[in-house]
This record gives sequence, structure tokens and C-alpha cells, in this order.
Amino acid sequence: MTVSAEKIAELEKIARKLRYDIVMMIGAGKPGHLGGSCSIADIIAVLYFHKMRHDPKNPKWPDRDRLLLSKGHAALAQYAALARCGYFSEKELGTLKELGTMLQGHPEMLRMNGIEANTGSLGQGLSVACGMTLAGKLDKKDYKVYCILGDGEVAEGQIWEASMTAAFYKLDNLVAILDKNLVQATGPVIERYDTNPYAEKWKAFGWHIMEIDGHSIGQIAEALDEADDVKGQPVMIIANTVKSKGVPFAEGKAQFHHGIMTQQQYETARQLFED
Amino acid sequence: MNMQNCRTVYGQTLVELGRENERIVALDADLSKSTMTTLFEKEFPERYFEMGIGEQNMVSTAVGLALCGKIAFVNSFAVFAAGRPYDQIRVSVCIGKVNVKIIGSSCGISDFGDGATHQSIEDIAIMRAIPNMTVMSPVDGIETRKMVRAAAEYEGPVYIRINRNEVPDVSEESQEFKIGRPSVIRQGTDVTVFAHGYMVYKSLKAAETLEKQGISTRIVNVSTLKPIDEQAIIELADRVKGIVTVEEHTIIGGLAEAVAFILRGRAMPMEAVAVQDCFGQSALDYEQLLEHYGLTEEAIVEAVKKVLG
Repeated sequence: MTVSAEKIAELEKIARKLRYDIVMMIGAGKPGHLGGSCSIADIIAVLYFHKMRHDPKNPKWPDRDRLLLSKGHAALAQYAALARCGYFSEKELGTLKELGTMLQGHPEMLRMNGIEANTGSLGQGLSVACGMTLAGKLDKKDYKVYCILGDGEVAEGQIWEASMTAAFYKLDNLVAILDKNLVQATGPVIERYDTNPYAEKWKAFGWHIMEIDGHSIGQIAEALDEADDVKGQPVMIIANTVKSKGVPFAEGKAQFHHGIMTQQQYETARQLFED
Repeated sequence: MNMQNCRTVYGQTLVELGRENERIVALDADLSKSTMTTLFEKEFPERYFEMGIGEQNMVSTAVGLALCGKIAFVNSFAVFAAGRPYDQIRVSVCIGKVNVKIIGSSCGISDFGDGATHQSIEDIAIMRAIPNMTVMSPVDGIETRKMVRAAAEYEGPVYIRINRNEVPDVSEESQEFKIGRPSVIRQGTDVTVFAHGYMVYKSLKAAETLEKQGISTRIVNVSTLKPIDEQAIIELADRVKGIVTVEEHTIIGGLAEAVAFILRGRAMPMEAVAVQDCFGQSALDYEQLLEHYGLTEEAIVEAVKKVLG
């Protein structure tokens, strides 16, 4: 089922707000994971504000859908969504990386409601997602587990171990989304350490493959709906994205994987997303 | 003396737990016939997960299961269970205090035939270093059963190392097991020997020899290496003339260092019987290998005499 134009407009507006929060959280003169957070902002908006079954007032609800950021460094996008959903006060967003904050540099489940597992040491999240999906099958629950991977991240061998597990156990409630933003910390993926091709690899591993524009709200929503109908195999949505999407001076630049905005850049970025 | 194989006892205990509690699940990396989770697989095929030969993915998958309410037992040889997925244990399991139990089978040099690659002389050091991890080493079959049950009941990360071979029962069936509490296996007044695992039996044999020579040795089974009961160690070391630690583990990062640190500043003569910072190797016989690395009754006797001057 396609989403309505109104819904798309609403989600686009939310994605803008998430990007605004990301920029605000990082601020000027301090390093932050702008690039990978902005590349997944649209996907995060559709998951938390449209697709996922979840309850901010009951974060441990056993039947909830789960989202894991295997690429844990992009947590700013998730923090923004969780705050705007009401998991915690939006005021907390101003405390990123401060001593004692719930907004750690990489997500910590014991510090923040809505964080499902500790990720950030790359390559582990997909395995954790497999375990959650196996538990759901064992308990005959129908919750979905979503897991966002980075294209740099998939150099980690554990991703492929987990990919075999997901196929072997026919984890059709598992939906992985590859944030194919083309840039890793030290440069373009194809130059630094080419992890391509993706569709062919995951197809060979026994996954159902889709490929979308990861900044098209409509395509994201449709792919997630289509994933519900896949039976007997896990789903990989390859989302073509742009690193630092929406922030022109940072788009596609490895420098902003974990970059520092000057005061002027920060003001520019902030104004881009202000209402 | 009654002999039991701790891994068989472990496998049977896991089945018992599985019958009592539906939340128990087991994962193995193609070693179920050695770790004895094959018993669990036979009775609960739907709650047993074969993870192939991939320990890192196995640990993180167990985390996912545990985060959805399961009590996940992860199984492999100690060297692969503790070493290979170190970062997964650190990040996925321990930072979040997730309810995963890592069972390191064929620990120490008990897998005598397979050589250095398969012998685990540093697992305790690695696991002790990680915050939130509980580290245990059962003395015999009797304690294995109680320890595994206690681990299942305890909410949080646990590492248990298990010997591959049959070992004599030295603990009492009637004695209550509590995580963290060392137990006195034999009373004595001249020297206290702290040991864990099969080395407690070796220490007992040494104590018998020493007794004939007029030396009274107290033998303490320190089956929880972390959290270690500092007060108990201090009390058990009090009013003796020296301390000896004995472990089937490298001298770095295990019982020797733990006890030495607890007793720091006490001017107490101390000796350690342990693997001397070197890798193992193959042998045709477990006892032969223990002897080669100096983990013998005779070495313990010598160490006790040395601390007595």
C-alpha cells in the first residue's frame, strides 16, 4: 500500500526536524557524527513515526518492533527521534557527550529508554538483531526487528556471519537496511576499502533484496511494507543515500563523518532546517 | 574417590534447567559433542541454536535472545569462548549487563592433545578484566552442577570455565554454593593454599604429603575469581606463615595476581604455582602435560616449603 501525499509531507517535515536536532546536538567547534546521522534521517523518520509498532510510554513492551543501529555512531538521528517520540525530554538533546549524560557518543541501552542494545563497535548489531528475531520466533510473536548497517561497516566479517544465521534460520521478521552513503571515515568506500557489490552478495547469502532511494519517504515506506510480505527469508533494503544529506557544505564528504562545523557552518546548517 | 566429568555434568545440568525454565536457551559453535550441549539439543531442539563455526556472531546473537527474555548459554572451548569474541563480550554483553552465560569448555591445558591453539591459559585474565563480568571455575562435578544453576539464577554476564577430563570430587554435596564465596576444603594452620579447578585436588594431595612431614596446610577453593571476596581471602590468609596460589592458568591476570593484590602490604611470603607465561603444547596424556608445566603435587609441596623458609 502506498502512503498518502499528506503522510509523506508530514514525514518529510519530521526528517527535517531530526536533521535540525542532529545539527543542534553537535553544535559548533566540536566533532560529531553528522554524515552518517543525516544519511539515515529519512529512514529513521519513517520507522519511528510511521512504520514501527512501539510505545514511548512502555519502552520494554515485549511485542514492540525493535530498531538497532548496527552503525551505532549514527545514534544522533535515533536520539532525535526518540526524544521527539517522547521517550525522554527534548531538553536532554542539549547534553550530548556531557559527563553522565544519557546521550553517549555511542548508544547505551542502560542509559536511555528506546535503545535496544549497545552498538558502536561495528559489525555486532546484525547478530544481536538475529538473536532478537530468533527469540520472537520461539515465543511466537510477530514483532519485526529492523537493523541499519553502514556500507563501511560491512567490511566487518561478523556481518556476514550474521547474514548466514539470518538466512539459515529463515528470519523473515528481520529487515536490514544498508545505509549506502558511499563514504567511510577516511574516504569514499570504493577507494578506501570497496565492500561492493551488495545486492549480489546478500542474494548469494539467501536474502530477499530491495534497492531504493534512501531519501525518498515514499520509497522507504513502500519497501518496509513490502518487506512484511516476504516469507522464509530475511530482507535487505539497500538504501542509496548521501553522506550528510541536507547539509550542502558537508554532503558526500568524509571530513564530516565525524567532523567539526565552524560557527558559520553551524549557523548555515541550523538555518537550513529551521521552520 | 568418585570421578566426574565436569562437561557431562554441565550438559546434564543444562537439561535440568531447561526442564524447569523455558527461558533457558543454548548456542554452540559446532562443538556440542565436546561441550555436551548435545544433551540439551536432543531434549530441546527448538531451544538449541547451532551457530556454525562463528563465535563472535554466536555471542552477539545470544545477546539478542537475552534482551528478549531468554537466559542464553553460549558454548565453545574456553579459548574460543573467551578469546575470539572478546569485543562482543565486552560491548554487546558486558556494558549493558546482558544476561548471557559464556561457558568455556576444555579449559586450561585439559585439551591436552590439541596443542597451544586449543588450550586456554589466559581466559580468566581476559574475562576478569571486563567490568560487570562474573568469572568462575568449578572444582569438581558436584560444584559444577551448583555453579551452573547459580549462574542461571543470577541476572547478568557470567563466564564459567570447565575442564575437559574426569576429575575427582573434592567438595561436599551438602555445602551450599554462593557466587563469590570461597570454601575451605581442608583446614590447616601453617600455610594457606588458594586454588581453583582441578588444582584444588592437586593441592589436597600435596597437603597430605606435607602433613606427614609435620606441615599443616589449609586448602581453599576459590571457585569465583570475580567478584572475589576480599574479606574472606584476608581472613583465610590470617595467622598462617605463608600463602601459595595454584592455578591451571598463566601466572598473569589470574588467581595469583588477585590474591597478591588483596594481600598487598602484609609482608606475607607468597608463591605461585601456575603456567609461567608460556603457551601449551600437545601431549598424549593430561597428567604428563600438567607435569611438564609444573602443575603438580610436588610443585605445590615445594612452594609451601619455600614460603615457610
